[in-house]
Amino acid sequence: MNGAADNLSRTSGDEGVIVFGPDAAFLLDGGGRIENLTLAYRTYGTLNSERSNAILICHPLTLDQHVADPPPVGGRRAWWTSLVGPGRPIDPERHYIICANILGGCAGSTGPGSINPSTSEPYGLSFPVITIGDMVRAQAMLLDRLGVETLFCVAGGSMGGMQVLEWVASFPGRVFSAVCLASAARHSAQNIALHEVGRQAIMADPDWRKGAYVREGVRPEKGLAVARMAAHITYLSESALTRKFGRELQRDGLSWGFDADFQVESYLRHQGAAFVDRFDANSYLYITRAMDYFDLAARHGGSLSAALAGARHIRFCVASFTSDWLYPTAESREIVRALNVAGARTSFLEIETDRGHDAFLLDEPVLRSALAGFLGSAGRIRGLAG
Amino acid sequence: MTKTAIRGDFAEILRLVPPGARVLDVGCGEGILLDLLTREKAADARGVEISPERVAACLALGLSVMQGDADHDLRDFPTGAFDFVILSQTLQAMRDPRGVLGEMMRIGRRAIVTAPNFAHWRVRLDLLFKGRMPMTGALPEPWWSTPNIHLCTTADFRCLADEMGLEIEACAALTTGRPARPIQPSSRIENWRAEAALFVLRHR
Repeated sequence: MNGAADNLSRTSGDEGVIVFGPDAAFLLDGGGRIENLTLAYRTYGTLNSERSNAILICHPLTLDQHVADPPPVGGRRAWWTSLVGPGRPIDPERHYIICANILGGCAGSTGPGSINPSTSEPYGLSFPVITIGDMVRAQAMLLDRLGVETLFCVAGGSMGGMQVLEWVASFPGRVFSAVCLASAARHSAQNIALHEVGRQAIMADPDWRKGAYVREGVRPEKGLAVARMAAHITYLSESALTRKFGRELQRDGLSWGFDADFQVESYLRHQGAAFVDRFDANSYLYITRAMDYFDLAARHGGSLSAALAGARHIRFCVASFTSDWLYPTAESREIVRALNVAGARTSFLEIETDRGHDAFLLDEPVLRSALAGFLGSAGRIRGLAG
Repeated sequence: MTKTAIRGDFAEILRLVPPGARVLDVGCGEGILLDLLTREKAADARGVEISPERVAACLALGLSVMQGDADHDLRDFPTGAFDFVILSQTLQAMRDPRGVLGEMMRIGRRAIVTAPNFAHWRVRLDLLFKGRMPMTGALPEPWWSTPNIHLCTTADFRCLADEMGLEIEACAALTTGRPARPIQPSSRIENWRAEAALFVLRHR
């Protein structure tokens, strides 16, 4: 199932599901517990005999473990082919690539849509509130099972970048290098506010049923779609929206009503509609909450450099994007400053682009070549071939 | 890279930096000096560079480089983090050279700074006889496009160091294509002869 991959599965990926327990429950930062914690994951490539080439990819809010090959359902593409795949900086020919659906997610790992073993009903709102730290501890347990003691690299963008920072704070001894893109060491007031809009949209949908929609055979599709539409705007930038759509109309002339006259409206409606087919509304509530609660410095007396004090030996690459107003460059610079105080080998890059927060998922040649250089040289120091 | 191809100021910096030193190169370009310091001096060498493409080139060499500029981003480094902070041939292009120098001396125990000498004899003659802004090997651009907005002479630099309570520990004259030549920073004749000068500064 893992490790001993044949040539085909190097690029197509290996599917895995691991269930922990039932002997020991997974204890959560918020005081809750989860029985039979399940993690769904994919691996690409082969773990070498020194076990030194593993890269853990941490996925962002609404994505999943299908980093480099398309998910079996939903018609969606693999989400990080710009950086992961043959000939890319993260390459299954050289690296053993692991990505697990996060705790709280809805792509096979335990989340609010899973069956609660103690009631045999879907959790819904009885699912305990989780944190980024919980997600990372679950990933660490997965690595134990896969026989990976130290990671050559832990990489992620946005919420994935939060997990990267959490990895470095919680398990610095298991990390050789780290890549943190378009992220922050704590969720800003503006980002909490934007998440609250999304959650309120979901909870205002009559089909949400106080989170018990699965049991009642309905889905809060309208609320979730509105949440996605609002969030999607924040992933782009004003200039990207203008470049893509301007004030272009769908048809000749205005409708003098509230149809989607403008192309940008139609695009957003499509984004909302496509999202509800692949994402669970309660997962959206729980994961956005985990992001809101994330504040790495708070646990260390307000000092981010204290939180990252164990990072001294870690080679770090931090990058931001000029038009990203959700996780602006200033947030990345906060991380960089703390890493400098910690004495970590830190590189930082601000990529010029008008594509907003989503730029970290797209093909940005400067980012690709920087990461190829960063991982290539880190690999040479780690003794990885090629 | 062979020794002969090394820029004169780089060769001088390599001579000055002891093995294993912690070094920050501000405006490190594509990392040529950092790479030399890492390989020849086993230095713990880091860089700051404004162009993302050049930062990417540095990363490919395995160097740790942060995108940023000296005027704003040295504040990201903790006090006393480096043995040497190097600013080669860009001090005159800073918005606030005195502030930058202060920041360099905060984060490093020593600073190595190079600056073109506006009192070089060719500059003086240009101004005296042509009445035009001088254009020389060290100052190749016309006044309206030059990045060199804060030009100074070797004597001027010595005065600033004095005012800031800094000691010039060593000084060398730099001439394009020739090896660096140690000079006395207070020498009046060198204030005519040196095309550019390299200064090693420390707190007095």
